[in-house]
Amino acid sequence: MDFIQTLKIALRALRTNKMRSFLTMLGIIIGIAAVIAMMAVGTGASYVISQQIASIGSNIILVIPGSTTSGGLRTGSGGAQTLTSDDVKAIMAECPSVALAAGTVRSSGQVVYGNMNWSTVIMGGGPELFEIREWGVSSGRSITQQDVDGALKVCLLGQTVADNLFGSADPVGSIVRIKKIPFTVIGVLESKGQSPQGTDQDDTIFVPLRTAQRNLVRSQHTNSVGALIVKAKSEALLGKAEEEIKGLLNQRHRITGDKEPDFSTRNLSEILAVAEQSSKAMSLLLGAVASISLIVGGIGIMNIMLVSVTERTREIGIRMAIGAKKNDILLQFMTEAVLLTMLGGLIGIALGTGGATIVSSLLGWPTMISIQSITIAFFFSAAVGIFFGFYPARKAAGLNPIDALRYE
Amino acid sequence: MGDQKFEALKGVSFDIAAGEFVAIMGASGSGKSTSMNILGCLDRPTSGCYLLDGVDVGEMTADQLADIRNKKLGFVFQGFNLLARTPAIENVELPLVYAGLHSKERRQRALIAMEQVGLAGKENNHPSQLSGGQQQRVAIARALVNNPAVILADEPTGNLDSSTSEEIMGLFTDLNRQGITIIMVTHESDVAAYAGRRITFRDGRIISDSQAALAYPVRETA
Repeated sequence: MDFIQTLKIALRALRTNKMRSFLTMLGIIIGIAAVIAMMAVGTGASYVISQQIASIGSNIILVIPGSTTSGGLRTGSGGAQTLTSDDVKAIMAECPSVALAAGTVRSSGQVVYGNMNWSTVIMGGGPELFEIREWGVSSGRSITQQDVDGALKVCLLGQTVADNLFGSADPVGSIVRIKKIPFTVIGVLESKGQSPQGTDQDDTIFVPLRTAQRNLVRSQHTNSVGALIVKAKSEALLGKAEEEIKGLLNQRHRITGDKEPDFSTRNLSEILAVAEQSSKAMSLLLGAVASISLIVGGIGIMNIMLVSVTERTREIGIRMAIGAKKNDILLQFMTEAVLLTMLGGLIGIALGTGGATIVSSLLGWPTMISIQSITIAFFFSAAVGIFFGFYPARKAAGLNPIDALRYE
Repeated sequence: MGDQKFEALKGVSFDIAAGEFVAIMGASGSGKSTSMNILGCLDRPTSGCYLLDGVDVGEMTADQLADIRNKKLGFVFQGFNLLARTPAIENVELPLVYAGLHSKERRQRALIAMEQVGLAGKENNHPSQLSGGQQQRVAIARALVNNPAVILADEPTGNLDSSTSEEIMGLFTDLNRQGITIIMVTHESDVAAYAGRRITFRDGRIISDSQAALAYPVRETA
């Protein structure tokens, strides 16, 4: 028996009981739609996270000062001011796997322009920082080595700060007051959007490192830095660079034996891996929930197919009497089941895609529908049909023609 | 049933030659249905053998039997046994579907068979739109379409009124004249009168096997 004929017979059988076919499909429709929508939300979220992290750079190491103890109270990580500009220079000079190192200081305070004012994060950094982070300016110029060396009172505005202080006007050349000290605006940074942690990276004002160390941050030494950003020569050298930095700093800070280091290092690929893992676990969980509904849908299909086989026992008998072989009957009922689940799968894919699009446009969630998830969903729905259709079909094919013909 | 063995047929032995028109008679439970099932390759004898065209059917697998039913036999049932919600022409085509013929040839042969039973023009009617006699004609067309050697009819007129019965029996007589062997189960003697030979069963045994004078000569076929 040819396939087209089998398909025709199956379609006729499904058309005969339109409502029943639809209700049977519903389980698969909901299951597949849920899988597609959840995968879309999940992959969308993980894509955004990995994009954000990749924008920082995957070959970057952060060196953070350790904690200090004063009067029995330990500050948190980064509380100590153990890292200095000299450490930065030493890392640049002595670690062969390091491409660039930049010291930063961080503070926060009020920035005033005319009658406008804005509380923001103040970062001190040199040209290396902008090179490592690949931050460019949208107008004006960036901070240069001369600015740092001369500890000039110039500043670079993040987009959010510029918007809040200047509105649509061009801030370049204007004077703003940071912690009551006047600074000349030399440029505005390109918009960078949200960080992986959800903070607005544009809500920052940058000043030359030495300017910040001298005028804006209160510290024991004027050359201490808050955190170091180090760029390895390549992603492959990341681990090696980290080891070199640790070794060098241990030596410079005289940390030996079981003495606790006064700094710690982190690399972003670790953070990336964790973020990816958690989003993977999330989509796996969502997928598992959706698979359960698919299994329930499959059981529904099996149930209806069993009813259908019983109802059509006589038809099976007639077909057998006039020459249908076991395989013909098996194939007929399998085709019916697979057709049911594949149709359900297609409708589910359409619904899931539509649902994901609606969710992303209404709630602003990033969703991504991959061809891969659609393909998987489609073949999975077919597999559900094969799996749950097999038992009823085998039951039909195993009928004795005489009994089947006599069945009332 | 249970574990008890029931012998539906005991020591039954008969030959049917090609081209014969045989009526199998007997009360219910006499063994006529069982013998019909065996003749129709729907069932296999637990012991003894049935040679169809010189081939022992008892040794065959279910699929081989299906093939024989498809190629050599045609069935006509008391209750017509047509597929509901399926046009007459597609019912007629069904054996050809399982024979693996292409749709063009199927349609062509089914149309010829429909014409042979006098149903030209009713191709697209569903069984529910046809009278009992017409439905039985569709069933006969379906039995014919594969050019079978034998048509097995199980109480073919059981559900029909007497004038329709006569038409149907006339059709069988015509087919027999064309050389098709016809084996028919019936308990009505006036229907059996159309057959050239009557085999009567009682309690699993043949109690009579009589050759009636035919209105036309039996064709000798090897």
